[in-house]
Amino acid sequence: MNFLLQLLNGLQIGSIYALIALGYTMVYGIALLINFAHGEVIMIGAYTAVFTIQLFLANTNLPYILAVIPTVIICTLIGMLIERLAYKPLRNSPRISNLITAIGVSLFLQNLMMKLFGAQSRSVPSILNAEPLNFFGAKISFTTLVTIVVTTILTILLQLFIKKTKYGKAMTATSEDYGAAALVGISVDKTLTMTFAIGSALAGVASILWVSSYPQAGPMMGSMLGIKAFTAAVVGGIGLIPGAVLGGLVLGIVEALTKAFISSKLSDAIVFGLLILVLLIKPSGLLGEDRKEKV
Amino acid sequence: MTNQVLSCKNVGINFGGLQAVQDFNLTIDDGELIGLIGPNGAGKTTVFNLITGVYTPTEGEILLSGINIIGKMPHQIVRYGIARTFQNIRLFDHLSVLDNLKVAANKDMRYSIFSGMFRLGGYWREESEVTDKAIEILDIFDMGKHAYKYANSLSYGEQRKLEIARAMATDPKLLLLDEPAAGMNPTETDELMDTIMLIRNEFGITTLLIEHDMRLVLGICERLMVLNYGQILAEGNPRDIVNDPLVIEAYLGKGE
Amino acid sequence: MPRDKKLIYLINTGLVLILFALLTVFEASGVFTRYSMSIVRLVCINVILATSLNVTVGNLGQITLGHAGFMSIGAYTAALFAKTEVITGQGGYYIGMILAGICAGIFGIAIGIPVLRLKGDYLAIVTLAFGEIIRVLIEYFDFTGGAQGINGIPRMQNFSVMFFVAVICVTLMYSVMTSRHGRAILAIREDEIAAQSSGINITYYKTFAFTLSAFFAGVAGAMYAHNIGTIGASFFNYNKSFDILVMVVLGGMGSFTGAVISATVLTVVPETLRQFNEYRMIVYSLLLIMVMLFRPEGLLGRKEFHITKVVDKLRNKFGKQSIEGGN
Repeated sequence: MNFLLQLLNGLQIGSIYALIALGYTMVYGIALLINFAHGEVIMIGAYTAVFTIQLFLANTNLPYILAVIPTVIICTLIGMLIERLAYKPLRNSPRISNLITAIGVSLFLQNLMMKLFGAQSRSVPSILNAEPLNFFGAKISFTTLVTIVVTTILTILLQLFIKKTKYGKAMTATSEDYGAAALVGISVDKTLTMTFAIGSALAGVASILWVSSYPQAGPMMGSMLGIKAFTAAVVGGIGLIPGAVLGGLVLGIVEALTKAFISSKLSDAIVFGLLILVLLIKPSGLLGEDRKEKV
Repeated sequence: MTNQVLSCKNVGINFGGLQAVQDFNLTIDDGELIGLIGPNGAGKTTVFNLITGVYTPTEGEILLSGINIIGKMPHQIVRYGIARTFQNIRLFDHLSVLDNLKVAANKDMRYSIFSGMFRLGGYWREESEVTDKAIEILDIFDMGKHAYKYANSLSYGEQRKLEIARAMATDPKLLLLDEPAAGMNPTETDELMDTIMLIRNEFGITTLLIEHDMRLVLGICERLMVLNYGQILAEGNPRDIVNDPLVIEAYLGKGE
Repeated sequence: MPRDKKLIYLINTGLVLILFALLTVFEASGVFTRYSMSIVRLVCINVILATSLNVTVGNLGQITLGHAGFMSIGAYTAALFAKTEVITGQGGYYIGMILAGICAGIFGIAIGIPVLRLKGDYLAIVTLAFGEIIRVLIEYFDFTGGAQGINGIPRMQNFSVMFFVAVICVTLMYSVMTSRHGRAILAIREDEIAAQSSGINITYYKTFAFTLSAFFAGVAGAMYAHNIGTIGASFFNYNKSFDILVMVVLGGMGSFTGAVISATVLTVVPETLRQFNEYRMIVYSLLLIMVMLFRPEGLLGRKEFHITKVVDKLRNKFGKQSIEGGN
């Protein structure tokens, strides 16, 4: 029974990884950029949630979950802003400059928030407080259930958006070839901005789900979370929506089971070990296709 | 049989169901200058990639001077004596012209990492030997004056020449040139033809080249092979080949 | 040894000695306070870190994000060796340093062989993962002091020693990179397929570059451990690797002189900003972004700053022949 519970735990945290990984994978798929600042978008989302609840929702009778609205809006705007100010001017620069810029943006946001709101974490009031549900005799927290359900719905919506709508198809085309996409009349700039916007909006949702189960917001919280989510995206096969979800879930489950049954100290090592193992066996990730350089 | 440089027997490769090259047979004697022609997508570059170990054939055998080289890594095959150039020029752009050649000479240099690190005798001796040799090769190609320039600062024609010079610096028995005249103007092509003849006549290096420029092919090749859909379509004297109805059909399509 | 080379060596040796003399005078005369000298020592360590990472990132052209992992192996090796007190004093310091390099180098080989098949961002994320695994394992095991780390490592803060160790490390790496082995590594950066077709054994040279880089990171780690006296695994996290990478990229990837200069600047500037401590990291990160936006190829690009070129220019002015030999 404990195993089942830990599995659900894993699914929950894995769902959050998956939501964040979607942002990484979409941006990487199109801009070939590891957006190290993506973790910081989540951190800003968490702060937004804290302040919305403390300064506004706590004084009303409204449910705290409404904090999701300003959080998603702020995250989306921050994501677009980062793209506009930092990444867009570098579009034709070497990849490494983009990587360093991403690291720079990430450091900047961490330190800015630390300066503004202090280095200590702020506790987040409980957002989803409902009775645990009974599930085959095991008690599942409401948060777990919501997290899994929300992630499932958002992933399906995202997949539909990309496959069925004009904008989604523009994204796919741009990720294949900038030049060719521009030739057929797709605005590469707009597509990239949209990609960042969608990825960051998902990050906003992820940050609400994250603070629902780990009720702390601190300036450094996004850093490791972001790296793990990126790891998940790579494990699943970077650039692929199903890959990000699969990778996120696998990572979450491995992490939860390691923490429960092996050692909580070693869990990070095992998670990263999993990444190495997957890449050595299948260099393009679980769902990725291998491509060879043409000679 | 002793002077047979390369021999491919029933060589084939299959890329996940696609038979890119099939039943490829080729023997090259010492000192020959052979052209490999065929329409785009016929598998010519794939043949080069098979011979140089970039791809491993799924069938057949490739012998270099009687030694089986299948399964050897590309860098090992260079040591056996095959050097090549590429269709889309691949130079070491941000190294000097001289260093481009010295990289190719690395396989014949012996001094150790420590000798390099602490600048022991071996370092000075071999470096100066190899530099002299590289300059010699550059002079043959009339490129000595560019020795200390970055490779990417050369003109297109010179870059093509540098690639051949670099291949020569590996001291090959067999030289594979992949579309050496691509993108060249007629004057540059003339110069290139002289260079290729020079390599063969002065150094006796066996050459196999892929080329679309028929003027070059007919001007210097002694024997031609035509490849179509990964299979040999015709083989023989250049004059006969260009009049072969099968070959004409492969290039131009069947007249109705 | 050719004569013109001899001259170049003489000039460079002279410059290093002048720099050393200047720093010694500053220290003795009190122009540099104890605090300033502690920054100078940090510069020595960071110069080795930056130049060693330059070997993989700049010369081999492979982005790695786990350099701090090799540094930590070096630091812990040296610390544990010093704790055994088999050999103490200066001798122990040097031997510990070499052991640190060797241990880090062995890890370099063990990690390099499997991961160097990967390219680009995949390699970056895998090296980051390895760096984190090393950190977690150091914290996990008892012999490394666990999360508390190791205290009471014999201090070694002799500026002269650290200065010359740094000079020697940089010189050795630079010599290798300008030998046939370094040329092979540069060729791989420029075009792997062409390098292979020119007879370069890619796997061997990639692993070699990675190992060399790890070795000197280990040496720097040993220096760090003895300089500070207390080490903990959390210091060597991926942010430390990022710091080192930033030094290399800002200096201009592939340029040793660039790495040395930017390691110096990036060590000194944040320290001088310490009075504005609250804004220090904000300014630092903004500077980083600005440099990337306005000079994405880094300070020196791939070029090296040669004092001989300056001498060359001066000579040419006076109508003499170039010492580099030209064509």
